[in-house]
Amino acid sequence: MNAVWAHLPILIVLVPLFGALLAGFARRADPAFAIALVVSWVIPFCAGAMLWQVLASGPISYHLGSWAPPWGIEYRVDALNAFVLMLVSMIGAVTMPFARRSVGFEIEEGQRPWFYCMYLLCLTGLLGIAVTGDAFNAFVFLEISSLSTYVLIALGRDRRALLAAFQYLIMGTIGATFYVVGVGLLYLMTGSLNMVDIAARLGPAWADNSRTIIAALAFVTVGVSLKLALFPLHVWLPNAYSYAPSWATAFLSATATKVAIYLLVRFLFSIFGVAIDLRALPVAAIIIGLSLAAMYIASLIAVFQSSLSRMLAYSSVAQIGYITLGIGFVNLAGLTGGLVHIVNHALMKAALFLAVGAVFFRARTVQLDDLAGIGRKMPITMTAFTVACFGLIGTPGTSGFISKWYLALGAIERGWWLVVFLIVGSSLIALIYVGRVLEIAWLREPSAAVAEARDPPLSMLAPLVLLAAATIYFGFDTEWTAGIASTTAKGLLGGLR
Amino acid sequence: MSLDLILRVGTKLVLPFILLFALYVQFHGDYGPGGGFQAGVIVASVIILLSITFGLDAAHRIAPQPLVERMIPLGVLIYAGTGVAGLILGKNYLDYSVLSHDAVHGHELGVFLVEAGVLVTVAGTMTALFYAFAERGR
Repeated sequence: MNAVWAHLPILIVLVPLFGALLAGFARRADPAFAIALVVSWVIPFCAGAMLWQVLASGPISYHLGSWAPPWGIEYRVDALNAFVLMLVSMIGAVTMPFARRSVGFEIEEGQRPWFYCMYLLCLTGLLGIAVTGDAFNAFVFLEISSLSTYVLIALGRDRRALLAAFQYLIMGTIGATFYVVGVGLLYLMTGSLNMVDIAARLGPAWADNSRTIIAALAFVTVGVSLKLALFPLHVWLPNAYSYAPSWATAFLSATATKVAIYLLVRFLFSIFGVAIDLRALPVAAIIIGLSLAAMYIASLIAVFQSSLSRMLAYSSVAQIGYITLGIGFVNLAGLTGGLVHIVNHALMKAALFLAVGAVFFRARTVQLDDLAGIGRKMPITMTAFTVACFGLIGTPGTSGFISKWYLALGAIERGWWLVVFLIVGSSLIALIYVGRVLEIAWLREPSAAVAEARDPPLSMLAPLVLLAAATIYFGFDTEWTAGIASTTAKGLLGGLR
Repeated sequence: MSLDLILRVGTKLVLPFILLFALYVQFHGDYGPGGGFQAGVIVASVIILLSITFGLDAAHRIAPQPLVERMIPLGVLIYAGTGVAGLILGKNYLDYSVLSHDAVHGHELGVFLVEAGVLVTVAGTMTALFYAFAERGR
């Protein structure tokens, strides 16, 4: 057991990688699904063990190939990494049972094993970004996750998915290029790629070369912001989320953007923030401005969408705005709010997109006009959907309220009453677009399109209900979400200069 | 068909030497320019030349689609498996020093196996790309 314990940081990447390779070998849908399911259910134990270890006894460091850092690649797990690893692996584990029927329905037989192969590669990449302590290694994993994501999106149910995947490919490549240029500039300044080492060497370099370091900060921030779909760099997201296979959308919306946000937090607080005074630079102000724009403009666009999945995609852009808003506050309550909303939004959005997948599975449409009265035909699905919707609005008693509470506290702490007002105000727009769907789903007579619909089988229903229940549970018990987020935020802010 | 006699005979003559050159590039990668990626591309070029001259069916007989598609994960499996060998022998992942009686030989063996993995994956990927484009018109 001890032998495995010491290698957990690498095993969490290796298990999905080998899973992907075996799924590629299997070349048949059922074995590939079985591999994906086993991997998805094993990973949370690795992540959980590391989270427990980190909270009990501090950061874990693992040296690849036994090369000592900063020369070799170091995997470094602290509370922030462990928190993100736990989130990504849990989302994979909970949603995976949903995939078999949904993928079986939406994707033709020959491509199903490749779908699972690509999912496992994407999981490898996302977990790798979160676990590595090496800036360039993070780029490699970013590419692994991105390339597999393009394939996942391109496997979507109609031909527009190809265009959406291509659009994301262009935007994602630009983002990755910006990131790697930023890392290159940092390497130029410090001669190191190890994140801890860069942070230590950046301070002395700041005195005589501040311009290059500001350029590096700008490149990394813009590059990662493209990946996390910060407004106005979000244009790839609505198409990608509406045309990808339903299950892929649920998984990606809950994990891919969240891992990119982790990377932004890591660079801002553990690398640049340690070496230079971030408050003296306009980066936080820019992030706050764009976040507020995302919350309002993306929410307003969501109100006018005619397709359910597209509406939720724009809502994702708005919700990412809340997360980056908290990061921009650079204080304890704000950062806690941002980090906790990473988890809360992931759970809600996964539930919402799974519900969309279930609706498509039964009704074969996600156009709002066709979905009149769907609530009466699919009561359990739409109840879970409604619960998650209340989470989006931030109703007290759901996890969304906890996030907004901390965000409002963060704004009050800075004395920005206008921002507090804006946070509350944006919830009202969420109420409009969510209310519109709920009115159509529950209050109208069932239309012809949904006459045959009924709740999906248990394997699809259980993940959905579980995620919706989590939305309520984390609205009351915040020890695992806000508790760990607050510990993490305290650690990050304590390291700031 | 008789007009391309020189092409056919020439291709047949040159194919084994291309393959041999690929192996040279592969193994010489330890000492000079070369390595798994370049060698993999050269191996794939054998299949491409074969199918340009003799048709896609001839290429499929030598490198069937299922084999090519399995080569892609197989190479990565060799690479990652070499890393795991270090893990099983009690060191960290990708630590090749335990693969042989001393650390230097261990590293040589480790890199040799890794490059072999790269060869398999690159050859498989290049051939699969070629097949994907070549079969579009059929």
